[in-house]
Amino acid sequence: MSRSTTPLHLAVALDGAGWHPAAWREPEARPADLFTASYWAELAAEAERGLLDLVTIEDSLGLQSALPTGPDERTDQVRGRLDAVLTAARIAPLTRHIGLLPVAVVTHTEPFHLSKAVATLDYVSGGRAGVQVRVSARADEAAHFGRRSLPRLPVTELDSPAGRALLAELFGEAADYVEVVRRLWDSWEDDAEIRDVATGRFIDRDKLHYIDFEGPHFSVKGPSITPRPPQGQPVVAALAHRTEPFRLVAGSADLGFTTPHDTGQATAIVTEIREAQEQAGRAGETVHVFADLVALLDEEPGRAAERRARLDARLDAPYAGDALVFAGTSAELADLLEEFARSGLTGFRLRPATLPYDLARISRDLVPELQRRRAFREAYQADTLRGLLGLPRPANRYAPA
Amino acid sequence: MSSTPKQIHLAAHFPGVNNTTVWSDPAAGSQIDFSSFVHLAQTAERAKFDFLFLAEGLRLREQGGRIHDLDVVGRPDTFTVLAALAGVTDRLGLAGTINSTFNEPYEVARQFASLDHLSAGRAAWNVVTSWDEFTGQNFRRGGYLAREDRYERARQFLAAVRELLDSWQGDEIVADRADGTFLRAPGPGRFDHRVDQFDIGGHFNVPRSPQGHPVVFQAGDSEQGREFAASAADAIFTRHGTLEAGKAFYADVKGRLAKYGRTPEQLLILPGVTFVLGDTEADARERADVIRHQQVSGATAITFVERLWNRDLSAYDPDGPLPEVEPRYDDSAEPIVRGRADANRDDRRETVARWRAVAEEKKLSLRELVIELTGRQSFIGTPSHVAQELDAFVQADASDGFILAPHLTPGGIDEFADTVVPLLQERGVFRTEYEGETLRDHLGLAHPGRPAAAGRTKAAS
Repeated sequence: MSRSTTPLHLAVALDGAGWHPAAWREPEARPADLFTASYWAELAAEAERGLLDLVTIEDSLGLQSALPTGPDERTDQVRGRLDAVLTAARIAPLTRHIGLLPVAVVTHTEPFHLSKAVATLDYVSGGRAGVQVRVSARADEAAHFGRRSLPRLPVTELDSPAGRALLAELFGEAADYVEVVRRLWDSWEDDAEIRDVATGRFIDRDKLHYIDFEGPHFSVKGPSITPRPPQGQPVVAALAHRTEPFRLVAGSADLGFTTPHDTGQATAIVTEIREAQEQAGRAGETVHVFADLVALLDEEPGRAAERRARLDARLDAPYAGDALVFAGTSAELADLLEEFARSGLTGFRLRPATLPYDLARISRDLVPELQRRRAFREAYQADTLRGLLGLPRPANRYAPA
Repeated sequence: MSSTPKQIHLAAHFPGVNNTTVWSDPAAGSQIDFSSFVHLAQTAERAKFDFLFLAEGLRLREQGGRIHDLDVVGRPDTFTVLAALAGVTDRLGLAGTINSTFNEPYEVARQFASLDHLSAGRAAWNVVTSWDEFTGQNFRRGGYLAREDRYERARQFLAAVRELLDSWQGDEIVADRADGTFLRAPGPGRFDHRVDQFDIGGHFNVPRSPQGHPVVFQAGDSEQGREFAASAADAIFTRHGTLEAGKAFYADVKGRLAKYGRTPEQLLILPGVTFVLGDTEADARERADVIRHQQVSGATAITFVERLWNRDLSAYDPDGPLPEVEPRYDDSAEPIVRGRADANRDDRRETVARWRAVAEEKKLSLRELVIELTGRQSFIGTPSHVAQELDAFVQADASDGFILAPHLTPGGIDEFADTVVPLLQERGVFRTEYEGETLRDHLGLAHPGRPAAAGRTKAAS
């Protein structure tokens, strides 16, 4: 009714039984199925039913914990996770339209491996792959790899000189990592495979390129062993709460997930990312900035708040994560999203507080509400995730113009 | 009534890179598109194969300082393809080569545990190692591992992965909604692994998977490789040229198990073999000859000989004799081929002498010689002949089954599935239905942490 200008983009973040730590105790929760493929396939199918742009799948290189510095001793919350890249690959052939963005930790892993894994996710999904890169600053996760030690630094110390130095190091490394991954995606030109029977050549080796990356944390020669994926460059995303990750989004990513709690914060975040984008020489490129919201939805007024209270009662303190927690009806959430969008945000990533319940409310209630307002698509109109997000297929940096 | 004949295990290798995959054939499809993998996997499952097998590459091969361009090159990521294939198959085992040099145990353990969950118990790992700096140039770890240390790292790597996988018993998750108990006790997955290659500790974060451990394969015929397989693997990939060589290898490796407290059924011997089928024996032989010439073009033959000679031989005629020039035997010389295991590295003088002798004796051109000497164990003939040969090979204890390496992507096992498999089933040596759910069930291997798989008649030997 109101706006018909720029439709919103809508993503859903999948994690365990939902983002509320007590979600697994809800009547519709399926805590015994969290490690089965069918659970994840059904969630992705539900999100696809709602015509969403993409789902992200959380991951980490350690047990979930209520403590920021290491494992907790809790027995009342979901612990344990499957590898998100493999989960995304497992459900890719069972979906047709929705983008699939697993979280991948870049601090202890190999950019060469991740590059070919995400390229392969793009092949098996027919051009719907992306990745949400994540930095790990936790000492306990570093000890799982034993190759470097990270200081045990509480979150409250991240603004100290030591904290800032650590963030600068880890996010600098993440930027290098993304650069390597992107160069590897481009290391084969699109038409490098020639199968030229006359000359006996399978490839034109002049269309394969060494990436020759050298940095303080690693050097990578290339080329990739996997040819350039269908999207050319799968979508790179990152979650960002402060300046260093804002710079990573602005300089390296296609999509940033941010956590404003009001429109003022949203405006400030978008402004900071756009400025950093200009400094990075990417002013002309589309970089989406989404806001993350934890969502509890019920059509009966007041019911979502009751549900939130019931869930919170099972914790020792009310749930408050990094993102704003919304509890209300889909019409109220649609109002909020439209208000937030005026801050320059290009879309939203909703974190269902409980799964599969709140996901179904998003796909079956919120989406129709947004469609009534002409703020969301009526059908999938692109074959690739880049297409859904309005991102062009990029030229290959190594190919002659 | 005689005892049940020994049952054959069958697997399909996805035709990957190198000159064994014929790309010039009109029936050759993409080695990258997922549809090719789906076709091979679904054919293998329709034929009740034990598993599908994928190799891995981590650096593109070079010859004479340039990327080699004659053979199939380019392949997707092993783990990612296997996870996707788990979505389009139900029973087929999913085996992948994963290098233990350029990975870390925590990540590999969680990838295999995840793949095993996502496939409901069908994951297998072919453990390989690298030592070369050439491949290391693509990784943080670099290329510093000494060649003689590679099996030591592999052994410690595998032990670390098994410790991580065993860090969850399988009964930790209670998920009692009423009383709010998700975990039986705090901090599951605790591990502490301090050895010379790895100094790691903490909490593994994937609960125990359906198979407990993926099936572990090891490839390679060396003395170290045989010991590694005998001590730690569930199956060994091998290649041997003849029935006699197969029997000798089989007896040797199975004979090594006792000292590790293991029985012969705990290690399967599965050679990688090729096959060519025809309506008649003569037809099959002719097709095999055509395939070999497609695999070894004149240019491919030259590059192959360059690898052994370690020098530029591009001026030589592939249809002429072997080069008069002597190979460069100096091991400090930069190898002309990089990124490919050199099977002849340790006995190059011997190999060259043998090649010269064979060429002279049989009056073979350079190309003909390469065709003659680089063939793998191959089963060629009518379907009934091939079925009978495969059966005889297994009943003679030259192997426990085969990993079929077709020369065509993706339809390379179609004909085998349609013609040879029914004949093996008629002979009573190959399953007509899957009897179990997991790959360990198919292979008759015990599930770590629970008793040996029931319902599978093991070989009577």
